[in-house]
Amino acid sequence: MQEKHNAKELLNKTFDALLPLLAVPLALIIGALLLLIFKVNPLTAYWSLLQGAFGSVSGLTQTIVKATPLLLVGLGVCIAFRGGIINIGGEGQLIVGALAATAIAVGFPNLPRIIILPLTFLGAILAGGVWGGIPGILKSRLGVNEILSTVMMNAIALQLSNYLLRGPLIDPAEIERGTQIAQSALLPKAVWLTKLVPQTLLHSGAIIALVMAILVYIFLWRTSIGYRIRAVGLNPDAAKYAGIPVQFYQALSLMLGGAFAGLAGAVEVTGVSHRMLEGLSAGYGFSGIVAALFGKLHPLGSIPASILFGGFLVGGRSMQRAVQVPSALIDTILGLTVLFVVSADIWSSYRARRRLSNG
Amino acid sequence: MAELFTLPVLFGIIYSGIRLATPYLYASIGESFSQASGVLNLGVDGIMLMGAYTGFYVGMTSGSLWLGLLAAAITGLLMGLLMAVISVTLKAEQGISGIGLQLFGLGLSTLLFKLTMGGAISISGFPPVRIPLLGNIPYIGEAFFNHNLLVYFAYLLVPIANFVLNKTTLGLKIRAAGQNPQAADTLGVNITLIRYLTVSMGGLMAGIAGASLSIALINLFQENITSGMGFIAVALVYFGGWKPTGVLLGSLLFSFVNAFQLWIQVKGINIPSDFAVMMPYVLTIFALAFAVKRVSAPAALTKIFERGEN
Repeated sequence: MQEKHNAKELLNKTFDALLPLLAVPLALIIGALLLLIFKVNPLTAYWSLLQGAFGSVSGLTQTIVKATPLLLVGLGVCIAFRGGIINIGGEGQLIVGALAATAIAVGFPNLPRIIILPLTFLGAILAGGVWGGIPGILKSRLGVNEILSTVMMNAIALQLSNYLLRGPLIDPAEIERGTQIAQSALLPKAVWLTKLVPQTLLHSGAIIALVMAILVYIFLWRTSIGYRIRAVGLNPDAAKYAGIPVQFYQALSLMLGGAFAGLAGAVEVTGVSHRMLEGLSAGYGFSGIVAALFGKLHPLGSIPASILFGGFLVGGRSMQRAVQVPSALIDTILGLTVLFVVSADIWSSYRARRRLSNG
Repeated sequence: MAELFTLPVLFGIIYSGIRLATPYLYASIGESFSQASGVLNLGVDGIMLMGAYTGFYVGMTSGSLWLGLLAAAITGLLMGLLMAVISVTLKAEQGISGIGLQLFGLGLSTLLFKLTMGGAISISGFPPVRIPLLGNIPYIGEAFFNHNLLVYFAYLLVPIANFVLNKTTLGLKIRAAGQNPQAADTLGVNITLIRYLTVSMGGLMAGIAGASLSIALINLFQENITSGMGFIAVALVYFGGWKPTGVLLGSLLFSFVNAFQLWIQVKGINIPSDFAVMMPYVLTIFALAFAVKRVSAPAALTKIFERGEN
């Protein structure tokens, strides 16, 4: 009898875990209906998406390259969310991280790799942490809603980047040539991340992100600070009663969230573009939220989720080339996925309640 | 800089400030109803984008701006209804579902724009209507009484919203749903119905807000035309303390700073334009941090209503 009960519980748990997975096929079906309206064969379109993302070495490596910033931003979202804070500021935190990394790397072109590389990353992490910390402190000290302040911080970071890339940080070569493209100088080779597979874009940032995912898991579930962050997120009143300084941990979780997005910025400039560009963030701040959410806000769950959505981003572009469907379809599908995932929660909690009342 | 204090410049800034506040007014007043009833709809920006697209596309193809406006309102209503289903019936986390709605609106409006129009085209939007007599006063007439109809309607909404929210039974029910849904429920208020109503109406207004951009102010549609205005609109609701008059003050303040910032850019005054663009956002953060201390949010804002528990 006991064994049968356990089996049933396992089945229930598996069902709950798999439920959000339905969100992607559902979103794809709605996307297919949209394609049909415009007389595009959805099967051809989705096949080119799949092929583009996972069908070749080049596609697969690009998918992992895209998944890297998604995972790092997503880890930040996980930490903040576990602390009961919704971090929508990933975009801005990533931008200031990338700016700091660029400024440091360009500023010290002759330092050896062993010194400059950690320094670059540290700068980005700090900058992202500050960018997340400001809304964190505003929340804990002055009660400012973090959703709104992080959105504002995104807009401010974007303008800061526009200013720096046209002014102090602009590539001197751009001024010489008179082209004035808003981008920084090429970073010194000493900070370029190592290529993992020759002839592809895949760089060691992917390993950094994977290691970070494991570290965040250990941090949240195996350390006392992580435990307190989760306690604050689960029930701030109970946490307060237990003597945990709730506001401190809320601010801390948002600051850590920012630090991870800042790290993502450093990985992008040192691993992919090798310079700071306009539009470097490319919406990772938002798609990172989708990835984290899809990974059930669990650091390890975010790994496959980031790869899936990285694949969407890469495949979306090959779909655009093959069947002339604008890659905006991918944003639409991402948006629908979020809506379905959050809507699916009710079924899990409904089933949980029914299980309880049935004994 | 001394040029600022001349009548043409001052009234020019007032004119564009009044104009720029229009989309914020529609979106924030709609959003203040949904927040007053306890639902945070963070997807306003996505709804605005879809409203801007449908308003423009229908207006352009049918040749009737009013038909475009109607299409935008219906699109907004449908998206509001979607948000209501997700956040009221399916009880989803409101901050996150709003982000989903925003991504969805951004993606879909861009997709439709690229498939149906290809590139940005401009049309002649709602023409300015000069109000008789008042419109002829020097400077003042130009700044206050020579706008298009959608601008006037936006300001007319403030007293209407104020009346509905504070002087009618419906308004009382809305506020009760946001302050203490359990108590209101026991008194026979249908919380679900009220929240459906406010969130869908909020959506409708956000749709009109989007259309006001594409067929009455900028008169074109382009990818991500709102560039985050919907998020500002949500912030303005907090700023305005969930009161239509407060929302009006917030929208005006934000838009005047913006108009001033645009003037600085046009004049080429020695402030990098990026910092000028930054000003309204910095101001909003400061306002949220220091100005909005006295009013507290609807107690049940973002809280899911579970009937018969507790």
